[in-house]
Amino acid sequence: MNIATRKTDVLVSVHDARLHYRVGGAFAAMRGKSTVVKAVDGVTFDIRRGESVGLLGESGCGKTSMGRLLLKLEETTGGSIHFDGEELGKVQRKGLKTFRSRAQLIFQNPFDAINPRFSIRATLSEPLENAGIPRGEREGRIIKALELVRLPEPAQFLDRYPHQLSGGQLQRVVMARALILQPEFVVADEPVSMLDVSVRAGVLNVFRDVRDRLGLTAIYISHDLALVRYVCERTIVMYLGRIMEDGPTEDIVHQPLHPYTKALVAAVPVPNPDQSHDPLPIGRGAPDPRNPPSGCVFRDRCPSAHARCAAEVPQPRQVGTRTVACHLF
Amino acid sequence: MPEIAIPKSTISKTAGIRRPHIVVRIFQALKLPVNDPFAVAGLVIYLVFVVAAVFADQIATHDPTEILYTPSYDLAADLRPGQDGFLMGTTSLGRDIFSQLVYGSRSALLIGVTAAFMVALIGSIIGLVAGYFGRWVDAVLMRLADIAFGIPFLPFVIVLAAFLQPSIWNVVIAMALVLWRDTARVIRSQVLTLRTRGYVEAARVAGSSDFKIILRHIAPNILPLSFLYGSIAIGWAILTEASISFLGFGDPDSISWGYMLQDAFASQALAKQAYYWFVPPGVCIILVVSAGFFITAVMKTSFSRS
Repeated sequence: MNIATRKTDVLVSVHDARLHYRVGGAFAAMRGKSTVVKAVDGVTFDIRRGESVGLLGESGCGKTSMGRLLLKLEETTGGSIHFDGEELGKVQRKGLKTFRSRAQLIFQNPFDAINPRFSIRATLSEPLENAGIPRGEREGRIIKALELVRLPEPAQFLDRYPHQLSGGQLQRVVMARALILQPEFVVADEPVSMLDVSVRAGVLNVFRDVRDRLGLTAIYISHDLALVRYVCERTIVMYLGRIMEDGPTEDIVHQPLHPYTKALVAAVPVPNPDQSHDPLPIGRGAPDPRNPPSGCVFRDRCPSAHARCAAEVPQPRQVGTRTVACHLF
Repeated sequence: MPEIAIPKSTISKTAGIRRPHIVVRIFQALKLPVNDPFAVAGLVIYLVFVVAAVFADQIATHDPTEILYTPSYDLAADLRPGQDGFLMGTTSLGRDIFSQLVYGSRSALLIGVTAAFMVALIGSIIGLVAGYFGRWVDAVLMRLADIAFGIPFLPFVIVLAAFLQPSIWNVVIAMALVLWRDTARVIRSQVLTLRTRGYVEAARVAGSSDFKIILRHIAPNILPLSFLYGSIAIGWAILTEASISFLGFGDPDSISWGYMLQDAFASQALAKQAYYWFVPPGVCIILVVSAGFFITAVMKTSFSRS
């Protein structure tokens, strides 16, 4: 990347990113039986500063793997990811330290994301300690971060342990930990999926408010189109490690183009128990990721699949406001 | 009358919370399994031998290596218990058996504790590193563990003793070199599950170094396991030292129970029917080793329950 692109408003740039796992040991490889699972396979997109992008897909589609790649918790096995002009693969030591304070993760399961032996104070001190914040300033920043996520009377929580907090409170602590170093980029991996429905809205609103107030660039990973619509202006739909459709959320909700997106939109539950649901136009389960179909990975479940879909991998094409990877367009 | 029906325990509770005695609190902090009769027996046996080892100079009636004489200036050899004031009799060379037994607990304790410490320390570090870093680090360390599993332990100690000067430390070195394998394997498997926990990943995102993550987030969770394997090693070390000394590869200058058995065997104590000579050290070995196993067995069950 040259200096010129650093000045652009693109914060994260993913180019043909791949994350392939080899399954089966050395012996399987010798017998030619080892297989490759392509968790992320040739994904390309840019995220502008301040943009909120939803990463949408069913379980196993590679959305969490994509999030882990973006935070350098996993190394790409191909392609590249640039964060503010710097290639993540080359970030080392000091650069990594800076990156860790600029990019953060909000965890899916708040009950697992905080060490049960650590008090809330100790949990929130860890990132500050690593960033070299002097001891005297830490308490003030911890209180501020907890206020930011609207945990009432934060001081009383400092010496409590995770088991003394409710799920909603814990998830706020997890968010406070992610935000305490004032990052620019936050990946939220299904942050409300482990919470009771009753506290979801509260946590989601906090997430939205904080994001707007701090001008965060955010990725919101979810399998729930309704949640993504509530939080993100842009949505990327993934299926078996590839991007199917990428565009403004409202356009995708009102007029999905890709057959898979259509099925996703049709699957969103309607809050009316009497309304019967038309059977989804796609087959039931996703194929074995070790052995995906040739050509378009979605073709074995696609109602409009034709001969070309088996022969050729559809390349992303610009259709109006969106990019779609389908031979129909 | 309802007051009479109140059980005694309730009364003492309502009478005000009294802080337990300092000794009780130390025991509680150690989380020793004091509810189990076997564990209590083991702890009592340990306590007796630790006291004997620490106060050996005060308890022993004679220097264990000194050749003694009777009041009539004869060599005090092969005296029966109680004869001429020797509590448990004397050896064929005129040494006091009781004093040897007391000093024997000192070398048993020394070997047991140092060997246990070494085994627990090396095993824990290797297990932590292999489990946390995985990949080739794990592969290399676990193949080393495989090799260590392939080494026959007793012959290894004998060969080591043959190369080095005969010394009680040979047993400690041999145990450190070979017996880390069990501890390392078990701790590695524990670390493999711990490192997938969300809070370990969270620490990485928070910018913590690998060293810090291992020390603060993983090591505290495997500490009870290291402690367990360390205490198993105590029994092993004492047993091994006894075997080595009995086979004649021990340190002739230090008195241990194994050395006493060897001395008795070489002096044909059995033919002389000198049971007072070889039975006590044998019983001591059995007591200490089984005490360790009593405690660890209880710890193991409470560990797997939690």
